[in-house]
Amino acid sequence: MIAAVLGIDWRTLADAFALGSIYALMAIGIGLVFGVLRLVNFAYGQLVMAGAFALALASQWGWPVWAGILLCFAVVIVLSLLMDRIVFRPLREQSPAVMLVATFAVAFLLQSIALLWFGSLGKIATSLSFLQRPVTISGVDIRKITIVAMVVAACCLVALVLLLNKTNVGLHMRAAAMDFQTARLLGVRANRVIASAVLISGLLAAIVAVMLTVQTPLVTPDFALRDTIVVLAGVVVGGMNRLVSATLGGFAIGFASGLLGGALPTNQSQYLPSFVFAAVIVVLLIRPGGLFSRPGQAAVDRV
Amino acid sequence: MRRTAAAVQLLGPVALVVAAALLGTLVSRSTETYFINALVNVAIVVALYLFIGNSGVLSFGHVSFVALGAWTAGVLSVPVSEKPAIMPHALVLGLPLMRLSGLAAGIATFAVLEITHNVLRYWETIGPGVTTFSAVPETTGLLQAGVAAVIAVVVAWAYQHSRFGRLLRATRDDPAAARAVGVSVYRQRLIAFVLSGALAGFAGGLYVHLLPVNTESLYLDLTFITLAMLVIGGTTSLWGAVVGALAVSGVDSFLAEAENGVHVPGGTLDFPAGTRIVVVGALMALVLILRPSGLTGGRELGLGFPRRARI
Repeated sequence: MIAAVLGIDWRTLADAFALGSIYALMAIGIGLVFGVLRLVNFAYGQLVMAGAFALALASQWGWPVWAGILLCFAVVIVLSLLMDRIVFRPLREQSPAVMLVATFAVAFLLQSIALLWFGSLGKIATSLSFLQRPVTISGVDIRKITIVAMVVAACCLVALVLLLNKTNVGLHMRAAAMDFQTARLLGVRANRVIASAVLISGLLAAIVAVMLTVQTPLVTPDFALRDTIVVLAGVVVGGMNRLVSATLGGFAIGFASGLLGGALPTNQSQYLPSFVFAAVIVVLLIRPGGLFSRPGQAAVDRV
Repeated sequence: MRRTAAAVQLLGPVALVVAAALLGTLVSRSTETYFINALVNVAIVVALYLFIGNSGVLSFGHVSFVALGAWTAGVLSVPVSEKPAIMPHALVLGLPLMRLSGLAAGIATFAVLEITHNVLRYWETIGPGVTTFSAVPETTGLLQAGVAAVIAVVVAWAYQHSRFGRLLRATRDDPAAARAVGVSVYRQRLIAFVLSGALAGFAGGLYVHLLPVNTESLYLDLTFITLAMLVIGGTTSLWGAVVGALAVSGVDSFLAEAENGVHVPGGTLDFPAGTRIVVVGALMALVLILRPSGLTGGRELGLGFPRRARI
């Protein structure tokens, strides 16, 4: 009803919902690693970018779709584990600010490697373009990817909730996120719990890579860079301390930008980043601990 | 004794800047540009240091002041005239933002960068849009850049030896204790932010007179490279800022040359385009892993015998 009043059609609404779902997955990927490492991974978007390039290459070589997706997962997971081993582990004892700057460096490193390797024009991933076609549901044309994105995100969320609440690894991760030192004293193995968080975060990056590549088949070295910046803002706005609030923040900012981007004419929607980031500043000023953080909870003051 | 130490802390960086400028006069016309660029970078990094180094709060937003300074100076086409415009801007932005610290501050300053870029890029009645400033006279020479870098260094030095600089560093090292003795964290940060924003804008004014710039060249890449310079040199000292800026500029210029093919003893180096950022990124990651406090260890220049860190 409200949607109709604002002149937003169902299709825009669905697309915004899908974008929100994808951003929520990215937010979980960033939030999980933040939970155990207190590390804001700026290079998350470059993981997605690497996965997207894997897909593009696979489709260029004429590989079947499943092989391309498999390659994408392999590349992203190997890269994220390497990132943890080479960069994050030596810096684990450093202050969060140092780690943030380090991931900043890794992000630019990966991006310029991609630039060297593939050139600035990028590659086109066509193998999954059939998902761009619309299906008609009760008179509304909705692209298949929109539905796929929502379903996949929902499945990932359920799987993650089960993993965190029903398994030992999940218990360890929650304990580590709450208080790393105490968790270690109680027998949680630091390296294992961090590696599993990084692994899951990598898995999510690969899934996001597949879905983003369907939405924008042209893969350039700065693929997903903007998305990461927006998601990071969303995560901080939502509240970094808890995974739930981080996820909600990611979803909210994705949904909002999707909705506004679809509803506004181009000469207004080009200012969308300004409005989104202005809103981010306002929220941070009013609630530095995050929009969805529990009242009374202290602001994150670690970086 | 103490006065000597303070003098060394000022003269060391200044001497380095002057040496770089003098070296720049000895080389060919085309190489000279690299030296000028390096000196402008020194000014930007020192501006960054003034805030980040002294307050311990990360800011991704300073390049937006550089961009604004460049834009204002480009329009007015008169060097140094941009300063009055930047000070109120930094003040207006700083007023709300300096209440934040930590991660929130990082993201908020990033948001400032995004907004500045977005507005300058699209709102063509007040910003340059996609056009490049090519009509601005290229008046920034070695002399101007050198003098500006020295001014930046002197301002930063004077600030860090002033009462305000000491108070701000107290809030960096122990916010709770500083608050307990009556230091307003907010006010001290605001002062540093405004001063540092003004310096960054000043450097931006130099920038636009050096090269044809557009909104894209004063965005993420410049943010990254200047932050890298500061971190590689050592975030918490002026000496580190200057060393980092000159060292990274040196490596960067060499690689930029090498991308066009350069003759070195024993053959020709010819790197593909884009090697620069790969190497600088790798260098930055390496320095962070091996020496997290930077090349200078975040200490000021001393007279060679061991002493307690004093600044």
